[in-house]
Amino acid sequence: MSEHHHHDHDHSELSETELRVRALETILTEKGYVEPAALDAIIQAYETKIGPHNGARVVAKAWTDPAFKQALLEDGSKAIGTLGHVSRVGDHLVVVENTPTRHNMVVCTLCSCYPWEMLGLPPVWYKAAPYRSRAVKDPRGVLADFDVSLPKDVEIRVWDSTAETRFLVLPMRPAGTEGWSEEQLAELVTRDSMIGTGFPRQPGAPS
Amino acid sequence: MNGVHDMGGMDGFGKVEPEPNEPMFHAHWEERVLAMVRAMGAAGAFNIDTSRFYRETLPPEVYLSSSYYKKWFLGLEEMLIEKGYLSREEVAAGHALQPAKTLKHGKFDLTQVERVMVRGKFGRTPPAPAKFNIGDRVRARNIHPATHTRLPRYVRGHVGVIELNHGCHVFPDTAAMERGEHPQWLYTVVFEGRDLWGEDGDPTLKVSIDAFEPYLDPA
Repeated sequence: MSEHHHHDHDHSELSETELRVRALETILTEKGYVEPAALDAIIQAYETKIGPHNGARVVAKAWTDPAFKQALLEDGSKAIGTLGHVSRVGDHLVVVENTPTRHNMVVCTLCSCYPWEMLGLPPVWYKAAPYRSRAVKDPRGVLADFDVSLPKDVEIRVWDSTAETRFLVLPMRPAGTEGWSEEQLAELVTRDSMIGTGFPRQPGAPS
Repeated sequence: MNGVHDMGGMDGFGKVEPEPNEPMFHAHWEERVLAMVRAMGAAGAFNIDTSRFYRETLPPEVYLSSSYYKKWFLGLEEMLIEKGYLSREEVAAGHALQPAKTLKHGKFDLTQVERVMVRGKFGRTPPAPAKFNIGDRVRARNIHPATHTRLPRYVRGHVGVIELNHGCHVFPDTAAMERGEHPQWLYTVVFEGRDLWGEDGDPTLKVSIDAFEPYLDPA
């Protein structure tokens, strides 16, 4: 592994990367390993089929349906599998519930494991060193970077995704949403609230 | 391996900087890298653990200064060369020069796309009963393999409690090195923050990892 040490931060680095990526795709195509149209289709699927809207629908359903919530906390993959309208979900999804006395936060210190099917592709900060290094040691400091603070006596539980299990946070339902439909509630569920670095929107707050 | 990828508890990387309205990709080439990694993995050129190991073995200064998709690209290129799917001459030429190597699952074409959108299954039939029960106290082993492992440094030697049993899963430590799946019981083990970080640690913090049985001793 010695051919790729060159690195700098100006635009030539970007264009060099672009050229190298194109060359690799050319080689893989010429050798008959991949069909470029299939690569296009993968990208399109990621852009359209997955995203935090999937997780938001699961959370909203759990807020309105106690039996579903119980099933979700017992076996996340199985419970989500019963919802036809949500994207197909793989095995090993664990849903963890926030309560007035416990706040959950998800990280992958070793790489960037993340529940793609529920939340889409992870944001850059989730994959970057500041979050990966500090989440397990100073989660309140990390939350402050998101302008989030928790009462001093709330337990913080950080889930380091070190295997193929994936974690989704079930945030607390905002007050003042009695009688709301699942669709209305799903609008309040943010991506960060399902990672544990944020809260759901409050009713009436700008989306 | 004790690489820079094992970042839990390190200081000095600065603040977390969320990007408002972040786009899904920051450059066109990032999309192509994502798609190539997913496609070649689905075609059977490598497993997910091997691909992680190739990113971890990037030189530390490259790992720390490269974006996420740049790391994916560098790991992919090197892995495909070392596994014999392409050659350094081809990379230098930007074209195929030698015959292709047969892919385990054949060419990745449009009929395969749906398959990559669902996660793989990592659960396996248990070869033996689980050694630990929920509530058992366990000590994370003080091991430092130079090869791939999913036991982060910050828990090694520390005592935690088994909280969940996820069944038997593919063992990344051997799968990454192409030495077989060797399924192992997988547990969520929870540690007190102060046991990991000392008296100055956050008293309200608990941290869990998912640990394979060979990472743990009874405590």
